[in-house]
Amino acid sequence: MSGMALIEASYFLAAVLFILGLKRMSSPVTARGGIVWAGAGMVLATLATFFWPGMSNYGLMVVAIAAGGAVAWWTGKRVAMTDMPQMIALYNGMGGGAAAAIAAVELFRGGEHPTSVVTLAVAGALIGTVAFSGSLVAFAKLQGLMKRSVRFPMQQALNLGVLALALLLGATAIFVHSTPLLVTFFLLALAFGVLMTLPIGGADMPVVISLYNALTGLAVGFEGFVLNNAAMIIAGTVVGASGTLLTQLMAKAMNRPLTNVLFSGFGETAAEAAGGVQGSLKPIDATDAGIMLAYAGKVIIVPGYGMAVAQAQHKIWELAQLLEQRGVEVKFAIHPVAGRMPGHMNVLLAEAGVPYDKIFDLEEINAEFPTADVALVIGANDVVNPDARNNPDSPIYGMPILDVDKARNVIVIKRGQGRGFSGIENALFYADNTRMLYGDAQDVATKLIQAVKEL
Amino acid sequence: MEGFTGITALYIFMLAAFTGYEVISRVPVILHTPLMSGSNFVHGIVLVGAMVALGQAEGALQVTIGFFGVLLAAMNAVGGYVVTERMLEMFKSSKEARGA
Repeated sequence: MSGMALIEASYFLAAVLFILGLKRMSSPVTARGGIVWAGAGMVLATLATFFWPGMSNYGLMVVAIAAGGAVAWWTGKRVAMTDMPQMIALYNGMGGGAAAAIAAVELFRGGEHPTSVVTLAVAGALIGTVAFSGSLVAFAKLQGLMKRSVRFPMQQALNLGVLALALLLGATAIFVHSTPLLVTFFLLALAFGVLMTLPIGGADMPVVISLYNALTGLAVGFEGFVLNNAAMIIAGTVVGASGTLLTQLMAKAMNRPLTNVLFSGFGETAAEAAGGVQGSLKPIDATDAGIMLAYAGKVIIVPGYGMAVAQAQHKIWELAQLLEQRGVEVKFAIHPVAGRMPGHMNVLLAEAGVPYDKIFDLEEINAEFPTADVALVIGANDVVNPDARNNPDSPIYGMPILDVDKARNVIVIKRGQGRGFSGIENALFYADNTRMLYGDAQDVATKLIQAVKEL
Repeated sequence: MEGFTGITALYIFMLAAFTGYEVISRVPVILHTPLMSGSNFVHGIVLVGAMVALGQAEGALQVTIGFFGVLLAAMNAVGGYVVTERMLEMFKSSKEARGA
């Protein structure tokens, strides 16, 4: 058996492990094993690659793997659960950059490849580079390093122009081998990734991260064809397809077609639509809120990004357990796009130790709100805004929401009186059965625990 | 290595795409973030390609780009694994939570 056959066998096994790992990750019971399987596949494929014939630069290779791996290990272990979305965006950007780098080396070397292969290399280069710079911008936005949404006149015309030019240069590069041409092509692709992500803000961020994840997968798959690397082709394509589906699921959960996410800004029309809110904000203090919760028969807790920011998940679970001890039925309701990523809230609640069978999806829980005595909304805004059901002028009209307003009483924990991330006024806050409990979610939860204990 | 060219390449592409679609199609919402993170880890396989690209690179420009390719790919793979594993570690049902 030759060395190459061994490498091919390792890649085949790695591809099988990746698919089985992803399959296991799609059920909560087996999910923890899934990543270990996929990890084993990755180690196997990486070790086998060292025996690839005709390679040099081994020293640099080991240094790069050790340095990159160490930095990523350190940051990955340190990052708080609330900051996961931007870390995924960051690591994803790295992958896109790597795919683009492979394409760059192959294209700069030029020569022996047939046209079809060079076309795939250029396509992968464009997609990978866009995913790279776009993901870095997404990271910077979520990390608070830059303004959420940047807009200027003629923005879409400019973006389209840059993309068209990049495509043109890319197409030329398939037939003409010129270093300045390739450099310009890569710079334009980098610029397009940045420009494309700049206007996208707020609630649309999860969808965009997922899209870039799918794009990186596709770029990796394309470069796999260029390098004749089966593991890359299969893993990249699988991620490209599953990522596309995941992106669509997310966009659907927000009732925003993907084209809207990418080309029309969220909350652009918000200012005009906000005028028609009736009623007043009615504050409540923690002691009264604690009494309401303690004597309720059924409480549904609706967490949002505010809970993540305040790191309140542990206190909220403590409060829920306290209520359960008093015989209150407690359930958690999670909107598919609550937080900054789909399932973001589930991860945080899981971190606090909330069993996943107490956590319910939109479809499962919405019928139960009319039977709930109290709905406790913690730092969630747009996903509980009844305007999405009632006000055709609202920018979020048609988005499925949690029907919190149908509960007998609603308590909203909120930092201040300002608008939410999307800048839309929330009719729920002005409803007759709603009371506002202002403050940092963690402080408020601590006070609520105190109030319930004192009863 | 034999080339994956022409119709064979298309078959591989199509079958892998269907596999990806099927694997995800029945996943509960609570696993969306870990799964996105997990698939982010899986495309870290770009590392093996980056290694080959660096291994075959000639001249300062290609070697430099290849080096950064491997560096970035290693961050993708290792970072993706660490954050996914940390997230999935926390998934427990009521039964397990009580047992722990």
